[in-house]
Amino acid sequence: MATVSKPGNGALAELTVLDLSHYVAGAYCGKLMAAFGAEVIKIEAPGVGDGARRVGPFPDGTTDPETSALYLYLNTGKKGLTLDLASDDGAAILQKLVAQADVLIENFAPSVMKSMGLDYATLNSINPRLVMASISNFGQSGPYRDYRADTMVEMALSGQMYVNGDPDREPLSSTGYQPSYQAALYAYSGIMAALLARDRDGTGQYVDISIQEAMASEHQFTLNGFTASGKIRMRSGNRYGSVHPTTILTCKAGEDGKPGLVSLGISDPTQYVLFLQLLDMSKLIDDPRFANPQMCAVNYREFDALISPWFMEHTAEEIVHALQDNRIPAAFVNEVSDVLDDPQYEFRGFWKEIYHPVAGTGRYAGLPYHLSEAPPVYERANLLGEHTDEILAGKLGYDGERLAKLREGGVI
Amino acid sequence: MSSSKPKGPLDGVRVLDLSRVWAGPHCTRILADLGAEVIHISGRRLVGRREVTRETAKVLGTYPDNEPGERHWNRNVLNNDMGRNKLDITLELDTERGVELLKRLVKISDIVIENYSPRVMPKLGIDYPVLSAINPKIIFCSMPGYGPEGPFQHFVSYGTTIDPHSGLASRMGYPGEEPHMSGNAYPDPASGMFATGAIMTALFARNRTGKGQFISLAQAESGAALTGEASLGYQLSGVVPPRIGNGHVRKSPHGAYPSKGEDKWIAISVGSDAQWSNFRDVIDNPDWAADERFSTLEGRLEHQAEVDRHVAEWTRDKDAYAVMRSLQTAGIAAGVVVNADELMNDEHLNERDFFWKFDHPEAGFQTHAGQPIRLSETPARHYRPAPTLGQHHPYVLGELLGLSAEEIDDLEEAEIIGYVPLVRER
Repeated sequence: MATVSKPGNGALAELTVLDLSHYVAGAYCGKLMAAFGAEVIKIEAPGVGDGARRVGPFPDGTTDPETSALYLYLNTGKKGLTLDLASDDGAAILQKLVAQADVLIENFAPSVMKSMGLDYATLNSINPRLVMASISNFGQSGPYRDYRADTMVEMALSGQMYVNGDPDREPLSSTGYQPSYQAALYAYSGIMAALLARDRDGTGQYVDISIQEAMASEHQFTLNGFTASGKIRMRSGNRYGSVHPTTILTCKAGEDGKPGLVSLGISDPTQYVLFLQLLDMSKLIDDPRFANPQMCAVNYREFDALISPWFMEHTAEEIVHALQDNRIPAAFVNEVSDVLDDPQYEFRGFWKEIYHPVAGTGRYAGLPYHLSEAPPVYERANLLGEHTDEILAGKLGYDGERLAKLREGGVI
Repeated sequence: MSSSKPKGPLDGVRVLDLSRVWAGPHCTRILADLGAEVIHISGRRLVGRREVTRETAKVLGTYPDNEPGERHWNRNVLNNDMGRNKLDITLELDTERGVELLKRLVKISDIVIENYSPRVMPKLGIDYPVLSAINPKIIFCSMPGYGPEGPFQHFVSYGTTIDPHSGLASRMGYPGEEPHMSGNAYPDPASGMFATGAIMTALFARNRTGKGQFISLAQAESGAALTGEASLGYQLSGVVPPRIGNGHVRKSPHGAYPSKGEDKWIAISVGSDAQWSNFRDVIDNPDWAADERFSTLEGRLEHQAEVDRHVAEWTRDKDAYAVMRSLQTAGIAAGVVVNADELMNDEHLNERDFFWKFDHPEAGFQTHAGQPIRLSETPARHYRPAPTLGQHHPYVLGELLGLSAEEIDDLEEAEIIGYVPLVRER
């Protein structure tokens, strides 16, 4: 088993994190803190739990709150506590836990924490060293504050969606959770910055992360082209618009059953010349339509038709290695299932084998970085309420009788 | 120099930024916004071409008013966006004197970040073992495309090739078609975000142990980490997730629908039965919406194309913003698919003062995305426009390293430093 429990080890081992997250943004942020050894207490509603438990995919397509891939992936390394925050007793218990915590992460709609008497002002008066991070669709202020959103709506309102897809078809969102993931990464850095400031200043602070802003800050050409020259970046199909061939091309199907697709990233003139040489088509450079990657982008249809025969004669495996051997950027076009077998990811030990008592063993994506002195720890996700008694007994000294009463009242 | 800056969480942290293009600079931009003193260091062969014609400028659209000016490298808005709050020096690292100066800077710095191919830093004699021997407190973040080890370590890569390789692109595409690249080289900033978190984690650890460390980041792995729920889901269910355009497996209608004007779209997401009922009210309960087949989510998913056609008929002649407001008022997720102009003029983002305005000495007034990390007590700030090439030689080489004006002139004479790009010889 690749999972080694190292209590008290890791860069963040001294920290206690209250993770009030549901679905993706808050949960991934908490997962990162757990990976570096923080004690992350995932707080879920009794009986129901995090909505991610109902999303899946599930083994055999059978819904089970303990086997949802979304929940399992996003909550590795956490301890599970159930608590009805909407009840007075539940909110009171949370306040007692806040007194002993370093960080609180939540991604409810902006009005929810206040409605439960758990807004930052209240929690800060209980524990001035607390760092509290709120992640929401549009942030804690402004006219869209209470707007609803999902991945597609965030992709739309952050300007990301408009530039994805074909110019003559509808813009494309991505499937999955990229806006929430990015917000989680901004929240993680925001929390770490606040903790560094706390090392220096002695006090905690509030971190307000807007998913829309996270995605709106991840433009380069879109916003800058507009501020510089009023240019509106358009969709350019499955290519990069200003330079070609930076695209995905059809090629000969491989014997391993992989589809015949290959990715090219040719953008500078040196790579372009080498590429034409490799295809034995150097004379194209004399044609003004194909003189450089910029002109090639204008005339990509004609260009693709000219190079297509060569691509149809070679598999992706052959093309990627032939191009890379000549320092020309090329890559495989993988489904998520293919990446599990990719030799580079394998070599760096990216996939972590983790056992879960209900879902079984899976290979989980790790973190994309290694820290030489603080290697991350990967442990399975918590079961719903798995550590409720342990946490309340250990941290608040509750005895069996008290726990039974809380359980009876539906608080835990 | 630092007296003019407000107190940020990373005040007093000095970063040597050898990174280029977007992933690394996105990371150091955040560090600079949070108060770190980021010194961008470039070799002048890597700055870009020597000449930019007005025609090229017009195609690129990234020079103010499409005018490259006398020193185009100082007017490129992409660089000036990434360079805000940073300092800039040039240094030819393939020279002995260049390397010696870099090592002296490492002695008085906290972080080194680079995204060269893995062979470059060892070849220049400035890899982590060398630099940590000079300063054991140094945090060194290396972020080549595929990481510094493994069979593909030498692959030349960009965000645009990492996108399909990592599986990210497989999660975008028209129904039944091939994986679709992000129109925005998304893996670049995404990798920069992981680097930012890793560096701050290492700083936190250093506050306790007194020791720096080596961070080895593979941009290709970022994409796989951000689709980890899908790769695990495949293992559990045995199903490779198909491409479904803007559809959704648990919501309908769910898509981008045409609205009034040229290339205007409104994204609408209807999840629960209650939302479907509200949606029908907003569109004035037309006959089609009362169709029994559409009364359940399962039914709407089964007849998705028909539902989409009806919704598009309703949106087609309406203003996208008006549709967004009326649906949001009814508790339904909807958003205008904004272009660059609409994004920069978005009332909500502007109400939150998201955009930052800079007056650059050579590029004039420019507006850039602000910093999404909003801290109540030690906020991110914009305090300095992007530097011009080599602008901070006097501060960095003179004040920090104690070189005399003559010594700095001599470095310029020897072409170790300078103020204009050098032509690449290859």
